[in-house]
Amino acid sequence: MPYRTEGEHVMSINRRQFLKLAGVTTVAGIGGTAVFNGLRDNGPEAAQSSPDPRSLKGKRWGFVVDVSKLKSGEDYQKCIDACHSVHNVPDMRSLPEDIRKRQEVKWIWKDTYEHTFPTAPEDEYQNSELKEKNFFLFCNHCAQPACVRVCPTKATFRRKDGIVMQDMHRCIGCRFCMAACPFGARSFNWRDPRPFIRPEKENREYPTRMIGVVEKCTLCTERLAKGLKPACVEVSNGAIVFGDLEDPNSEVRKIIASKYTIRRKPELGTQPGIYYVIGGVEHAG
Amino acid sequence: MYDSGKIIAGLVIFVVLVTFPFISNMGKAGAKPKPSIDTPVINQMQVKQCVEPKEFMRAEHMQLLNNWRDSVVRNGDSIYVNKAGQSFYISLQNTCMNCHSNKKKFCDECHNYMAVKPYCWTCHIEPKESML
Repeated sequence: MPYRTEGEHVMSINRRQFLKLAGVTTVAGIGGTAVFNGLRDNGPEAAQSSPDPRSLKGKRWGFVVDVSKLKSGEDYQKCIDACHSVHNVPDMRSLPEDIRKRQEVKWIWKDTYEHTFPTAPEDEYQNSELKEKNFFLFCNHCAQPACVRVCPTKATFRRKDGIVMQDMHRCIGCRFCMAACPFGARSFNWRDPRPFIRPEKENREYPTRMIGVVEKCTLCTERLAKGLKPACVEVSNGAIVFGDLEDPNSEVRKIIASKYTIRRKPELGTQPGIYYVIGGVEHAG
Repeated sequence: MYDSGKIIAGLVIFVVLVTFPFISNMGKAGAKPKPSIDTPVINQMQVKQCVEPKEFMRAEHMQLLNNWRDSVVRNGDSIYVNKAGQSFYISLQNTCMNCHSNKKKFCDECHNYMAVKPYCWTCHIEPKESML
């Protein structure tokens, strides 16, 4: 043929042979994988796992926080201690202040009105009591969580009941989620947390974390699975109310319907699941 | 052959170095691991049976634990029903280690022999063995 160049003679394979070879290779590749998978033992079978019958069932768990029910610093500390001791959250108060501020791990903490609602409109005549009050902060368990979108390993994900969960087995410590979270709800383990958990305070029924993973409030999934309410709710004296935001008859929905509540940074569109009752109810009458 | 003395000496040194680990360990095969089930909880059991039969657990416990952790953490299912229909609370720390409270004589026995280092215990709290 006139078009043939010397190079093509050297390769000595024509189109027909090439197509045959490609076809056979493809069949062998696909078939081979199927055979290999068929030969492999597929591990535990027949056995099933199911939810605990005692577990609380909801479509979207959330909190309503009414800090007017917290009178003193001790009331706050009681909730923080309840959460942090049951989850083996390291207590880093032994570290120098500047290091502690950057490295401490927190699941629930308190902060001022300005820090809690930094984007709320400024108003000089606003209730001064409100401005001086501390607010409880935790993971907002957003309906559109930014952390879940950025996690490269799906270590953080949204459960069917609306809880934004952290799978420590998968976390690679990249801290994308910390950059994405607009609420500062996530803490990185800059150091091994074990030395900061006092042995007598350790909860031996719950794991700790290791250096290099990100952790946060899990809304006490391990307690919900046993039919218990979250640890902070139990000791909060009614300041933190837990319930299903999708259920119109739940306690949280009744409060949201009857009192004025705000959420943190709602303009970002992450749909936080934590509502804050903005006081004045006792004085309004 | 030029420098045959040096080359042969070099080869001998090379062969000795490469085979040293094998020669030095010859005849010193590690004792076969014997994981112990001698713990207070297991001793009280009438039928000494894990969540699945022994043979299955030996071969598949790592796969089972993987499924367990996904089941609890990702799906929120905390009850495991085995092939015999018995239910167990899914928890390495609270269920497995409640019976196998002798981690050093049970888990580590084989893991050390096989030189596998599962990283369970960087987070999950080991049983306090000195208390036994």
